[in-house]
Parts: sequence; C-alpha cells; structure tokens
Amino acid sequence: MGEELEYLIQTIMGGLSTGSVYALIALGFVLIYKATDVLNFAQGELMMMGAFFCFTAIVYFKLSFIPAFLLSLVFSAVIGFLINVIAIRPMVGKPVFSIVMITIGLATIFRSIVGLIFGHIEKPFPSPFPIEKAINIGGLYISMVHIWMISISIIFVLLFYLFFKFSILGIAMKAAANEQIATMLQGINIKKMFALSWGIAAITSTVAGVFLASASFIHCDMGFIGLRAFPAIVLGGLDSVAGGVIGGFTIGLIENLAGAYLDKALGGGVKEITSYVIVIFIMMIKPYGLFGKEHIERV
Amino acid sequence: MTSGNFKETYREDIKVFQTFFVKFWLVLFILIMLFLPFIADRYFIYLANLSGIAIIGALGINLLTGYTGQVSLGHAAFLAIGAYTAAILSSRFGIPFWILIFVSGISASLFGLIIGIPSLRLRGLYLVITTMAFQFIVEHVLFRWETLTHGDEGIALPVPSIAGFSFETDQRFYYLIFVATALAIITMKNVIRTRTGRALQALRDRDIIAETMGINLAKYKLLSFIGSSFYAGVAGALYAYYLAFISPDHFSLMVSIQYIAMIIVGGMGTILGSIFGAVFIILLPEMLGFMSRGIASHFPLFETGFGDVKNLVYGLIIVGFLIYQPDGLYGYWIRIKTYFKTYPFTF
Repeated sequence: MGEELEYLIQTIMGGLSTGSVYALIALGFVLIYKATDVLNFAQGELMMMGAFFCFTAIVYFKLSFIPAFLLSLVFSAVIGFLINVIAIRPMVGKPVFSIVMITIGLATIFRSIVGLIFGHIEKPFPSPFPIEKAINIGGLYISMVHIWMISISIIFVLLFYLFFKFSILGIAMKAAANEQIATMLQGINIKKMFALSWGIAAITSTVAGVFLASASFIHCDMGFIGLRAFPAIVLGGLDSVAGGVIGGFTIGLIENLAGAYLDKALGGGVKEITSYVIVIFIMMIKPYGLFGKEHIERV
Repeated sequence: MTSGNFKETYREDIKVFQTFFVKFWLVLFILIMLFLPFIADRYFIYLANLSGIAIIGALGINLLTGYTGQVSLGHAAFLAIGAYTAAILSSRFGIPFWILIFVSGISASLFGLIIGIPSLRLRGLYLVITTMAFQFIVEHVLFRWETLTHGDEGIALPVPSIAGFSFETDQRFYYLIFVATALAIITMKNVIRTRTGRALQALRDRDIIAETMGINLAKYKLLSFIGSSFYAGVAGALYAYYLAFISPDHFSLMVSIQYIAMIIVGGMGTILGSIFGAVFIILLPEMLGFMSRGIASHFPLFETGFGDVKNLVYGLIIVGFLIYQPDGLYGYWIRIKTYFKTYPFTF
C-alpha cells in the first residue's frame, strides 16, 4: 500500500474522530436552540468544565474512570440546570441578543474560574483509552483512540435518536421545542422541559470534553474548540439534530484534510481556520444550512 | 411662561442643546477636560487617553448594535484592520499620520462592507456567528501572514506628527485624542438626528415595517456596517499610534466581548451610554487592581491570576447588567436626573 494512501486514510480517521467531538457538541447546541431558541455560546465551556470534573475526580479523588465519568455527567447536568434557572429563565421574553450575550458572559465566567483554579498549563489527562496502541487493518495502522471516539459518539447519537423517538420524555421535549402553547395545553410542564434540555446538552458536551481531553490534553481554553462546532451546526442548519451531527463529522473531516494538504502552501494553522472560512461562504450562499428550516418573511 | 421643558415642534425635540443649562455644563466640562493635563499625573492621562480611544470604538459598535440592532462579535477585527493599516503603511512607507487616520478608517469600512453583505440575508444569531468567524479569520491572518504583519513580533510605529508638531508625550497625545473623540461624538450625535439615524433605528425596531415605510434595508444596513467599522478603524489606528507597538494579542475575541460589554454596561443605543460604558470598562481593571492590593496578601490568587479575575468580573458584569439593569448606566443617569428634576416629588 502506498504511503500517500496511508497518510490520507489516517487523516480521514483523525478528521472523523475530531468530527465526532464536534457532532456531540453540536447535538447540545441544537437541543438548546430547538427547545429554547437560545444559541448557547457557553457550550464549549460546559465541555471544558465536564472534562475538568472528570479530571478532578480521577486525579484528586482517586476514582477509577467509569465512576468518575458518571459523576461528572451528573455534575454537569446540575450545572446545566443551574444556568437555566439563574441566568436564562429571568431573560424569557427579552431580545435574542441579550440572551446570547448572557451565554457569552457565562462562558467568560466559567473560563476564568477554571483558569483560576487549575491554571493555564496544559495537563495530561489520565486517558482510559490505550493511546499508543494501534490496530492493524490490512497493513494500515489506525489509532485505537480514534476508533473509540468515533464508535462511542455514534452510540451516543443513536441513544439520543432513540430517546427522542420513543421515550415519552423525549417526545414531550420535542413538542415543547416545536409549539409551546399547544404543549402546555397537553399538560406538559414546559419549564421542566427547558431545564431538561439544558441538562442533557451539558451531558453531551461533557462526553465530548472527556473524549477530547483523553485524546490530547486538558486545558482551560479548550472551550474555543467548542466554538469550532458552530460551523458544524451552521452547515447542518441550526434547528436540525441530524444536520448538526452530519455537519460535525463533515467539518471535522474537511478541517483535517485541509490541515494535512494546505498547511504547507498557506503557512500553517490552516486547520483552525478552515471551518470559519466555510461558515462565511455558507452564510453567503445557503444561510439556513443543509437541513435547516427556511424562515421566509415577505413584505 | 411654561413650567417645564416642553417641546412644541419636532425641531425642538431633536435639538442638541435642549436647555441653556445643558450648554453651560457642557462648556464647563470641556474646560475642565482641557486643563486636565496641567493638574493630573501621567498615569491618569494615560487612562484618559485609553478611555478616549475606547469611546470612539464604543460609538462605532453602538451605531451597529445599539442603533441598528445588528449584533457583531467582530469589532476587535475591525479595530485590528485599522491598527494594522496604520502600522504597516507608516512603518514601511512613512505616510504621514493625518492621512493614515482616514486611510485606516476607510480600509476598515471596506471590510465592514464585505461582512455587511451576508447581513442582508441574515438576522440575529446567524449574524453573530458570521462576525465571530470573521474575528477568528482576522486574528489568524494577523498571526500567520508574517511577511505583512510580522506575526507574533508585532509592528512598531513612528511618533505621529502633524505639520512638524510631534505628539511624543502623553499630554500632547491627550489633546489629539480629545479632539478626535469630540469630533466622533459630534458626528455621531448629528448622524443619529438625521433621516439616516432614524432609518437605522426603525430597521432595528421592526425591519419589515421599516421597509414598507420606504426605507431601503440593504442600503441602511450596509451604511451602518460601513460607519461602525470606520469608527473602529480610526480607533484602532489611534490605539496603534498611542501604544507605538501592536501585536495580534491586542485584538483577540476577548476585546470584541469587552466592546460589547461597554455598550451593555453603558446603555444600548445611546451616545452617553457609549461614553459611560467605555470609561467604565477601561477603568475597571484599574479599580480591581486598586482593590486587590488590600486583599492580595490574603488571597494570592488575586496576584497570580489577575487576568482571570479581570475576565471573571467582565463576565459577571455582562450577565448582571443584562438581568438586572438592561438600560445600563445610562438608565441610572436618567433615574438620577429625574429624581433631582422632580424633587421633592418622586415621579
């Protein structure tokens, strides 16, 4: 097998695993956006905090990975609820701009609190996945971390799909996102649904954060990677769950390919910026994304 | 004789100086500001200069976000374009200062025009994402296009001078910034009073109705973007000249957030609000530093993590003002004013 082909396939695998992180974060974004019409700029910070919860539980409380992971899911769900109660609920009925700015303010707060506690140095995350190991498929070496990340995030996406398709709670949340007044008339507690969607969004981003940290390092500016999931949801359409997931994988893939093949020509760092360039083009050509609902007003 | 300040015509309502006292206090204020360099120390002048530059920038973002309702997370990118235009053209070609101030504004507004184009189709959240993407792209280009921007190392600027008079001290720079800020405020005040200003506010409040009333949305949105980024470009150029050195770190996403914080804290869609907010946000780290001196011995975190503490306070202020005082400091100002005007009645 040619060396170039091997490089290409490894780049694709790397891209898909980054993409799986984006997909999970995008899932959280879309959940909150659909339910409450809030674009949550603190999603990346929720991811970062989830990773730090897990990190603290493992390193300082000497828990093993699985209980630490579950505990951090619970913690971040609580944080999600709290955000909803303290900052978002008083803003109901205020202009969109104010609510978006509140989430930006929250992101700043979270980032600086974690920075104060843990410092600004990258720390190795006690990864549960065998990082060094790679499996050999037909002469191709593929890192185990990539396979783990991709498969677990696919499992999570499937779980969410089933949750929203078949469980009463999931269907109630979908209803609340779709039409608030009719949902209330059905006897569903809308406030509870909103709180739930914040909690679940926090959980998905914690999963993403733990993956991301175990694939590389843990750092208090990790949240900026969460902002790179924005291109994913813009590509997929802000209000489409499937779109967010597909967009996440696509953006991860494009980013990695561009990083691998354009870096030399354009002088480095292409990977971080490709997705934003894509955003500007999408906005000019097809602002509601591939799967988003078009919102048309005529005069 | 009327018992208050009642307006009988629209012309009276939009007058700059509503009463004689407004004029009186303003003249007094300007006189005090003019004599400030003779009494204040250098550090105070330094803060005043930074505030003046921030006021110009805040007026810019208030035109776009406060008056026109187009949210931008890319204001620091426009500042950066202005600053780097001035830095590159002055350090390489030695173009004089007074030309470059305008050239920087114009180059920033060209980019404003480009970013404004997607805004014709987008609203609200989509625009936030577009401007954020623009911010990241500009930051990235500043870091990576080293032949043009010197990347991390930054660019040093010459001392600005007009007709042989060079602004080398903080005091001299103070008058330059004072004049620039005053011009910026007067221009903004008058733009808002005209048809253009009213059109912008109409399209902020209800764009569809504005369109039915004969306001060309595309034209006015783009005008707002151009005007806003022109202000940002001029502020950026002044900032670059004042610091005499710029690097990409001066124009990060956090700076964009600070500018948004300025207009939220000051008051959206008001000129006085831009001024209050800019001064408040510039002085905030100083106040924090001053307060932390007392408690730093008990909480060493205040020393080592001052940047984080600063950002934490910015975040808390944004969230707090939005929830509890959406009108900003301008709202307090109005409340205090009515309290004294109607004294001893409470309404």
